[in-house]
Amino acid sequence: MDKAMNLQEIIDRFDLTVLTEPRDFLTIQPAGGYSSDLLSCVMAGAKSNTLWITLQAHLNIVAVGALLEVAAIIITENARPEAGTISKANQQGVVLLSTSRTTYEINGRLWEMGIHTRG
Amino acid sequence: MCPVRIPTEQEKHGRRGRPITDHDAQEINRVEELSYDLKVREVMTARLHTTSPEVSLSDVLEILRLNRISGVPVVQDDQLVGVISIEDIVRAMERNDLTETVGQYMTRRLVTVASYDSIIKAMQTFTESRVGRLPVVDEEKKLVGMITKGDITRGILLALQKDYKEEEVRKYRASHLFEDIISDRTTLVLRYNIKAQDYTHGGNASSNIKRALLRLGADPQIARRCGIAVYEAEMNLIIHTNNGGILKLEVEPHRITMSTTDDGPGIQNIDQVLEPGYSTASELVREMGFGAGMGLVNIQRCVDKMEIESTPGKGTKLTMRIQVPAENFNGRKNG
Repeated sequence: MDKAMNLQEIIDRFDLTVLTEPRDFLTIQPAGGYSSDLLSCVMAGAKSNTLWITLQAHLNIVAVGALLEVAAIIITENARPEAGTISKANQQGVVLLSTSRTTYEINGRLWEMGIHTRG
Repeated sequence: MCPVRIPTEQEKHGRRGRPITDHDAQEINRVEELSYDLKVREVMTARLHTTSPEVSLSDVLEILRLNRISGVPVVQDDQLVGVISIEDIVRAMERNDLTETVGQYMTRRLVTVASYDSIIKAMQTFTESRVGRLPVVDEEKKLVGMITKGDITRGILLALQKDYKEEEVRKYRASHLFEDIISDRTTLVLRYNIKAQDYTHGGNASSNIKRALLRLGADPQIARRCGIAVYEAEMNLIIHTNNGGILKLEVEPHRITMSTTDDGPGIQNIDQVLEPGYSTASELVREMGFGAGMGLVNIQRCVDKMEIESTPGKGTKLTMRIQVPAENFNGRKNG
């Protein structure tokens, strides 16, 4: 990719809903992405500062996202985390984004935008 | 010019117009917190120039000029009776009245703050009264100092600097733990009690362990590997045990040992649980995203050595070990 996409551009492009507190998304430049709804697979596969795209909205995604230091978790198909999950994400500094699109579509579009997982 | 943000009406009366919840309270930043913690008396100027009502304006002008200040409180019989400022003197000058006394031109409308108020109160008073300086009075309404917005800024900056130093010292202490304590073998042990089925707190111990390791000066990569391994182990205790178990972290300068112990149900066939994809997780647990059958596989990938001892009906002990390169935990380069 010519120029690294920042999270704000991604949020704007896909009209993602920011569930956690706003922060300076312009400074977050995801280095790639990973998709799975199985937490252990994510633990094994997702690198730090990448986007994790999942249908999972359960509280435990926050711990996984925090440990892996992902750039953001994009929760697909309008799956809505509970208030407790959002507040824990705020505490741990994990960005939660929501979309009505499917995981497949988000993955495809991110790839099209040039966000590929590397090395 | 003044970096102290005056709180908006909304903030004064709770965020978004509703009462401040515990959650909001956690997010109040340090500067806001300091505006409540710091008292007026801690930031005010106590060394005071004062004048009295019968002094001539030209004399006061001289006091202001010599001390490079723009106003002084006026005191009579130990009581604060007004403030005389450059603006008042300008009014007098317009009428060529500099021979007049302070009493004629001083501002009598007295807005004061109390020395025991927090500085947030002073900031609010500044906004409401639109004055540049406020006399500070004590419990007996006696003048004890003056406060300006500049004093508040300076006070907050000093407090932040102190915070920063304390944080640095704390970090320094933690990261030098292994250097400062001399023994033949120093081990730091952290224990966490993990409850069975406690999905709500799943991952908390792992987060705390990762944070502790970073604070101790561990390499971020090593802290990450420990975090992943210990998360899987923690979730195993939550998902699979009868009564939960104990998660233990032992930190030594050259290695980190993590272990979990529980009292059942134990593992029937250890070879099987090490196969990627093998899982005994219930449907309910799988719905939450667990039970990929990758937990132990992940642990093996992250640690240098993993051992499982298990007796069906008795319990399981899982030990994970990561060797720390010599340069980790600060200053250990030559052993």
